[in-house]
Amino acid sequence: MENWRENQEIIVMEGRIKVPYTWAAGEVGTRYLETLRDQRKFMGTRCPRCEIVYHPPRRNCPDCFEECEDWVELGSQGELQSYTVVRRHHPQLSPLPLPFAYGIIKLDGADTGFLHILSDFQEGELAVGSRVEAVFAEEREGNIRDVLFFRPVKGVD
Amino acid sequence: MEPVAIVGVGMTEIMDNHLASNYADLVFEASQKALADAGMTIDQVDNVITISNDFFDGRTISSMAVMDACGSYDKNVSTVEGDGTFGAFYALMRVLSGSYETCLVCAHHKGSEGVMSLITNAMFDPIYERSLGIDAITSAALQARVYMERYGVSEEECALVSVKNHGNAFKNQVAQLPLKLTVEEVMASPYISDPLKLLDCSPVSDGASALILASKSRARQITEKPVWVKGVAHCCDAFHLGDRDLSSTRALEEAARKAYAMAGISDPGREIDVVELYDAFSYMELMWLEGLGFCERGEGGKLTSSGETAMDGRLPVNPSGGCLSGNPVVVAGLNRIIECALQVRGDAGEHQVEGVRTAIAHGINGPCGQSHCVWIMGGEA
Ligand SMILES: [Zn+2]
Repeated sequence: MENWRENQEIIVMEGRIKVPYTWAAGEVGTRYLETLRDQRKFMGTRCPRCEIVYHPPRRNCPDCFEECEDWVELGSQGELQSYTVVRRHHPQLSPLPLPFAYGIIKLDGADTGFLHILSDFQEGELAVGSRVEAVFAEEREGNIRDVLFFRPVKGVD
Repeated sequence: MEPVAIVGVGMTEIMDNHLASNYADLVFEASQKALADAGMTIDQVDNVITISNDFFDGRTISSMAVMDACGSYDKNVSTVEGDGTFGAFYALMRVLSGSYETCLVCAHHKGSEGVMSLITNAMFDPIYERSLGIDAITSAALQARVYMERYGVSEEECALVSVKNHGNAFKNQVAQLPLKLTVEEVMASPYISDPLKLLDCSPVSDGASALILASKSRARQITEKPVWVKGVAHCCDAFHLGDRDLSSTRALEEAARKAYAMAGISDPGREIDVVELYDAFSYMELMWLEGLGFCERGEGGKLTSSGETAMDGRLPVNPSGGCLSGNPVVVAGLNRIIECALQVRGDAGEHQVEGVRTAIAHGINGPCGQSHCVWIMGGEA
């Protein structure tokens, strides 16, 4: 075996797994995405028991397990709870050219944060607790990328 | 809890690319090592748990494909998709059920064969999150930011973890990435997703591990050095990152509280001799030390700066080098348990900590430590 290995590179199979798939957004997700697309508005759902407003909207409160039936309109601005400026571009994943950032944004009227992209900012301009606003796509298709990105609200402390 | 013991352990070397072994070969090697360590034959194992992840393996039902390699014919086998600490928990419950005497637990991972960022992107919600391109590193960076800002933890304090753990790895024969580093070198490594730099992140790794659990009566027949499970618990937090306070370790605190209560530990700082925790990123070691109750919230950096968690400190943390020095995902948590078992036995070799009586192993599952599993082990039943 040892002699055999000296002259033999290990053979490596190459492949690519590509399986078409669909993910139903469900009634709650569809109402949310439709409102985003047609009215450029964010919606959340409120837990009837603990009154937490969830964004993205949830069918049930993960905290107390009640069904969330109340819909609440949220602002398109909010507070940046965390951010990270991405420094390494990934050809298949990165949604925008560098520099862009990921942020967790708590929209006005919501009690939870949600994940989105940040762009159109200066180096050093992003800060935890700072105000950001949504920039919508002109052509909207009913998905989370109908919001192109969030950016710092200009001229406000 | 009825006493259950770890009676045999085996790890392959952790490498950036185990080219000469496929998945099954790695599982066979780890299983053989665990059996040899226990002085058992495969016939004496009465059930098997395998731990793997289909996306990482690039195949469905990945757990079943390695059954041949861990001697599962004619045995009751089951599988866990998640970290090794959770797979071992399932094995423990099987032994505690009284239906089984000995359980072989195997975990395998070859990070070299997939694309880590694409695979970890797929753990996020396909409707709201995945198309944004988030992955394990960028999501961890969001957690690091919140944690560090809330408590005023510096990048240098995180860098110290990387310096310590890569340094410890020199004495661990299975570690992938021993590095002699300074804080300055970690700080000078390129940002991947700030505040995380290259040397704050664990490497992509290949490896497999196995351990054997046995009931009290069987354990005493099998080995003179059983390592007893004194306490174990796991606890889960919210899935959506925005639902959680990412700087909080509430799930870990709850898991630790339950495990300590089970083990009769009231002052972990005094009663625990060594810790092996899941440091996928340097900041995580600081957070998990706090969650495990070794210091106040936000004080993990100070604890590390003080030298207490160093190899020669009062509470050595990750003497193996941790996940920063080799991170075969899902195997990594099982390795934390195995390392603790070796420490309790006094068999850890060059990275043996002196006088270990009680050890803690810790694993995580889900984005940014969504779920935590805590194991407390000792030399006496
Ligand atoms: Zn509720």
